Amino acid sequence: MDMNKKIKVCVENLNVYYGDKQALYDVCMDINQNEITALIGPSGCGKSTFLRCLNRMNDVIDICKVEGSIKIDGEDIYNKDVQVEKLRERVGMVFQKPNPFPKSIFENVAYGPRIHGLAKDKIELEEIVFTSLKKAAIFEEVKDRLDETGTSLSGGQQQRLCIARAISVNPDVILMDEPCSALDPIATAKIEALMEDLKKEYTIIIVTHSMQQAARVSSKTGFFHLGNLIEVNDTETIFSTPTNEKTLDYVTGRFG
Amino acid sequence: MNNNSLKISGSNLKKRLKAERRFRYYGIFAISLALIFVLILFTNIISKGYSAFYRTLIAVNIEFNDEINLESIKEMSDEEIKQIDLYSFTKKNIYANFPEIEKKSDKKKIIKLFSIEFEEDVKKYIISNKKNIDNKNQVFLTASDDIDQIHKGNYSRSIPEERRRVSNFQLSIYDKLVNQNRVKFEFNVPFFTRGDSREAELAGLGGSLIGSFFTMILVLLLSFPFGLFGAIYLEEFSRKNRFTDFIEININNLAAVPSIVFGLLGLGILLNTFELPRSTALVGGITLSLMTLPTIIIATRASLRSVPPSIREGALAVGASKVQTVMHHVVPLALPGSITGTIIGIARALGETAPLLLIGMVAFIVDIPGSPVDPSTSLPVQAYLWNDSAERGYEEKTSAAIIILLGFLILFNLIAVIIRRKFETKW
Repeated sequence: MDMNKKIKVCVENLNVYYGDKQALYDVCMDINQNEITALIGPSGCGKSTFLRCLNRMNDVIDICKVEGSIKIDGEDIYNKDVQVEKLRERVGMVFQKPNPFPKSIFENVAYGPRIHGLAKDKIELEEIVFTSLKKAAIFEEVKDRLDETGTSLSGGQQQRLCIARAISVNPDVILMDEPCSALDPIATAKIEALMEDLKKEYTIIIVTHSMQQAARVSSKTGFFHLGNLIEVNDTETIFSTPTNEKTLDYVTGRFG
Repeated sequence: MNNNSLKISGSNLKKRLKAERRFRYYGIFAISLALIFVLILFTNIISKGYSAFYRTLIAVNIEFNDEINLESIKEMSDEEIKQIDLYSFTKKNIYANFPEIEKKSDKKKIIKLFSIEFEEDVKKYIISNKKNIDNKNQVFLTASDDIDQIHKGNYSRSIPEERRRVSNFQLSIYDKLVNQNRVKFEFNVPFFTRGDSREAELAGLGGSLIGSFFTMILVLLLSFPFGLFGAIYLEEFSRKNRFTDFIEININNLAAVPSIVFGLLGLGILLNTFELPRSTALVGGITLSLMTLPTIIIATRASLRSVPPSIREGALAVGASKVQTVMHHVVPLALPGSITGTIIGIARALGETAPLLLIGMVAFIVDIPGSPVDPSTSLPVQAYLWNDSAERGYEEKTSAAIIILLGFLILFNLIAVIIRRKFETKW
């Protein structure tokens, strides 16, 4: 592995339970800064659960119990002193189905900075909103209709709006949970190009069902199966010469 | 024959089509029957009640003389005019309008053509015409209930005289007055402004309208905020355990409890234990709030539940706290549904009679309540009270009260539908 890469997220012995059912078994994984890491695997393999542990979205599920440690920049995010709101400011998330708020496009992006008090006045807030929309490569399409509701946009535009919303609070890490599964190929291509741009500033972790997408965008890929992280390595290695037989079967399309 | 023909051939298929047609007819029949009943109800109520919105007045010449001095009256304030005794003065004036009648018993019958409070009409006339009042005036006096009903045609003249409340003599006077164009038929404003009365022609809805208004305002103020926040807490914040399950079951059960049980509760706790004033909108409002609360909680919870979880996740993911997520995103989206539920709950409370009977809002109250702690009735209770009275005039007023009540209910439901149509978010 390339030694001059900085490790951003360090996951050790992660076990996750939903009630009596165990969803993840002893997952250990390092995620490099300013890279795209893809998580692949068949449905129900735990990759989304893993992703949602990284910004503690699993907290809202009463029966979910998390063991082990997840460190971001060396800080354990499951420590009692950690404020989950603060954590989610640093670790943004984009969901499978675009979920803009049924408010104006401007409000969608302005909401995060406003609740975290990132802008001193209206001008600063506007600045943040415009920069975020530009970074999400959607500014040109919506600049004349910022008052329209976010839900009036097309699916692909909505998803880029959600990306703008995620980066508006200036996170380090962006989690993407199958961000393109509800989009057509052209919108998917736009998002993939956008991710390529974004990794210069952010660390991106993406869960995807499409192995082609993982191969196209990511530097590292992790393969999950039945709650176990079977193999994690450089994307090229995973797709050409994986060490594990299951990985080989999966990436060559023999199951999943 | 070709077995694959698409034309109807097999008896099985014919049977199926027949069954389908029959099923459709059952549905149409059921709906028609329901509509016919609604139609009968509405025509019945409206045909009986619409005449209560009009009243009959009889013109009488009133001449001021030494007994009641016009100049001194002009100096008086409105309050002072209301205090003076004009009863015998007006009576003498009425007799003077019928100089041909001399027998004392006939004179009495003449007086019976007018409402018992005829002097009030004279006072009102003086007050409103104080500036340009003359010695000789034509004043319209409210007709008695019997004449009013005869004029409206609600009371048949073909009934034999001994069984009729209006004698032939009185009828002949009435006919003469009609021929002289001295009978006026106008919109019944006092019906909406006056309180209840023992005289059918004077009884009005004013008191019960105000009583219902105070009660509904209290129901809104008490049940909406409590219902809203209760529902938000139960749906968004409370942990799911046995205790919250127990609460949930009880709320659902409370919504189905007969309303009279809430009346007993109001009687037992509000009146007997806390000794709140009896027959008041305050107690009525609290009692009906308790009845409306579960409806509002259930409606609000349903609309909170229909807000997609993705909205909550979106807000949480940018770092909003639980309270921020709920207050900034979920509640605004659920509010239209909650308000619709509240309006429907209040409409139900408006039409509720039984619990109010138990807490004493069924009393005969003449004064129009000035505050929620004054004794009052409500619209449906007023209809109930009038329905019990014998005079003809109350029959039309019962129906008129129900028309007004139905009008409000339709209005409320309309508002609820409009709010739902306009603000409902589709996902």
